[in-house]
Amino acid sequence: MNIFQELAVKPWADGQSKVDDLRAGRSSPPAARKLALKVFLAVVAVLFTLLVTAYGGRMTYEDWRPAPQVSLLWANTLMLILSSIAMQWAQYSVRRGNMDAMRAGLLAGGAFTVVFLFGQVLAWRQLGTMVYFEVTNPAIAFFYLITGLHGLHLVGGLVAWGRTVSRVWGDVDVAKVRQGVELCTVYWHFLLLVWLVLFGLLFTGNNLDLLLKLCGIR
Amino acid sequence: MDYAAHDASTFAPPAEVGEMELYHAKTFIGKYIWSQDAKVIAIQYAITAIGIGLVALVLSWMMRLQLGFPDTFNFIDPSNYLQSVTLHGMIMVIYLLTALFLGGFGNYLIPLMVGARDMVFPYVNMVSYWVYLAAVLLLVASFFVPGGPTGAGWTLYPPQAILQGTPGATWGIILMLVSLALFIIGFTMGGLNYVVTVLQARTRGMTLMRMPLTIWGIFMATVLALLAFPALFVSAIMMLFDLLLGTSFFMPALVSMGQQGEHTGGNPILFQHLFWFFGHPEVYIVALPAFGIVSDLLSVHARKNIFGYRMMVWAIVAIGGLSFVVWAHHMYVSGMNPYFGFFFATTTLIIAIPTALKVYNWVLTLWHGNIHLTVPMLFAIGFIFAFIHGGLTGLFLGNVTVSVPLSDTMFVVAHFHMVMAVAPIMVVFGAIYHWYPKITGRMLDDAMGKFHFWATFLGTYAIYLPMHYLGFLGVPRRYFAVGGTDFIPESAQSLNAGITIAALIVGAVQMVFLYNLVWSYFKGKPSGGNPWNATTLEWQTPDTPPTHGNFGPTLPVVYRWAYDYSVPGADQDFIPQNVPAGEVARSGSKS
Repeated sequence: MNIFQELAVKPWADGQSKVDDLRAGRSSPPAARKLALKVFLAVVAVLFTLLVTAYGGRMTYEDWRPAPQVSLLWANTLMLILSSIAMQWAQYSVRRGNMDAMRAGLLAGGAFTVVFLFGQVLAWRQLGTMVYFEVTNPAIAFFYLITGLHGLHLVGGLVAWGRTVSRVWGDVDVAKVRQGVELCTVYWHFLLLVWLVLFGLLFTGNNLDLLLKLCGIR
Repeated sequence: MDYAAHDASTFAPPAEVGEMELYHAKTFIGKYIWSQDAKVIAIQYAITAIGIGLVALVLSWMMRLQLGFPDTFNFIDPSNYLQSVTLHGMIMVIYLLTALFLGGFGNYLIPLMVGARDMVFPYVNMVSYWVYLAAVLLLVASFFVPGGPTGAGWTLYPPQAILQGTPGATWGIILMLVSLALFIIGFTMGGLNYVVTVLQARTRGMTLMRMPLTIWGIFMATVLALLAFPALFVSAIMMLFDLLLGTSFFMPALVSMGQQGEHTGGNPILFQHLFWFFGHPEVYIVALPAFGIVSDLLSVHARKNIFGYRMMVWAIVAIGGLSFVVWAHHMYVSGMNPYFGFFFATTTLIIAIPTALKVYNWVLTLWHGNIHLTVPMLFAIGFIFAFIHGGLTGLFLGNVTVSVPLSDTMFVVAHFHMVMAVAPIMVVFGAIYHWYPKITGRMLDDAMGKFHFWATFLGTYAIYLPMHYLGFLGVPRRYFAVGGTDFIPESAQSLNAGITIAALIVGAVQMVFLYNLVWSYFKGKPSGGNPWNATTLEWQTPDTPPTHGNFGPTLPVVYRWAYDYSVPGADQDFIPQNVPAGEVARSGSKS
């Protein structure tokens, strides 16, 4: 039953109670964890949407100066894509019971993520030493804020990843490991998607500017 | 719908999963301090929220003393007046009401009312409380730092919030912003729990539309909070950047106290948009749980099913959705495009439709009900009064042309206190009188309760009705002193003095309530398991107060909605949700 049908039932009607009595009880803990992750991702999505909106809103003012390009970000993006591919590989492997490949994928995913984070810190330093660097330029401040928040979300992901990694050796509870890997994979893909949107709109050639002009806002 | 097609033989329910593994603490500290039991966490939330709420009550006395009797008390100067205004607002809205409704009532009632043993993630739930406590302690710490707490007004508008000259512009504002960020992190942990518990941990037979409206209200408010708090979070972080790192997100280039500031070209209006994108849903984060709880109070104490249950659910959902597209009605005087103002006025007035629908349904629930004027019922009816008054003045302020001249006057203060201070606090009191017997096993004292109700109800009217009139006269809000302002007659001052006396009395009366809470805990009349003869699951627990795990060896199974009161033919005037159709006692031939 979809949510609209569900909201339309008349719980007081005699006939309806026969249907309602058939509702099974609580769902399984894995389903609860999966839903919790989805709800959390919705919260994170709102957070970054607001930041992009604020960025766009700020761009509409005349004194807007775009931030200088940092080409290192392309390499970092590649690292994050690789980490997502590795996580996907881990998920693919655990679903087929190939635990060795899963371990390799999981470790590679984490390693690429750490490289990405180092790369981001390097990009911060590069930008900080450029002649165009000016702390009061909102574009530059937004860059630090947004990449910082994105990085923090990945660090949080690494904590969950660490818990999963600690479970994949020795006496392996396959169902638990499998869900850990699956949840990590969803989270990594999501943060990659967020990064691609941020990177594409804000940090490469000002595509958001183009979008705003197309909409007639800027 | 063709019900015959859905009998058990063709539509077998999937197997229920195994019992939840509960963490059973052995030590006192594990059970009551680092507790993972939602009921204990609820009480921790409630005590902390009420404790910090009392600080906010004293702060309101500070500002009322100044407004009622200016030049009388030399311990109130302009700085600590502004600090009192700011912290009173911030504490009451976020640290008291939000925390109490969602952290307090949410934690206590969600598992019990949906038939779960606990929240789905008890550990995260515990951490949620401790992060909240840390946020509260940081806020309290701001009273003791050099410069004191921030005096920027509860909206914390830049640039003034972080400029020298505003009280607490150095340490106070930093602690405020960090405390807010922590509160949001803590709330998000709790909020994930509430949402997932409602969606995934309901017991057998508990469909969404069989849930009591209390749960609908808390659920929808949690969804709003999860989606709205990120806006406050980013604005707090951005303001911290402006203050500590010298960025210019919000700070324009300006000359302050004769000196050119170091910021260039930030946009203060951006902060207002972010703040109110959170701030308006916040009104409904406080209101929706109140709507839900009051629906249940009215139904139980009028011995009648809630009028228009489905409409009530739809209205909660509709109000939740609409609350995200009205925020700029708080910004009519910020210099916005008139079409923008027209859009937000329209959406704001549309919200009146589901809201009015709820009010009609509450009143129609009372119509021909078997009304028991118990203390919870008195508070529920008091809520309807306060909410109608606050709602009607909301229609005034929603219209741009009426709102602009009333902006920043006492009319606005009177409006939002009626609609989101008095109204929800009436429900908080009603709910505490209603559920205290379940929480402690004892009834609250009735005589003290009735005195508390009448003094609070009449007292708040004595405070806020005249305040509307002060607003019409043009008395501005937030001013330490109005001085020799020609358009304000001297009689306004006598009115202000009267309001202050009423505020002092109403505040003092709350001590009777606190005394009642403590006295009844030891000496109150034993309540039994279901003193109000209510139908919902929390009243059907084998133990009162419910033990860890809530329902004894087996979880209850639900066979009906939450509102089977005064069912024709049944012997009793209520049928609990876990009683199957065949077991309802019916004497005579009607069965």
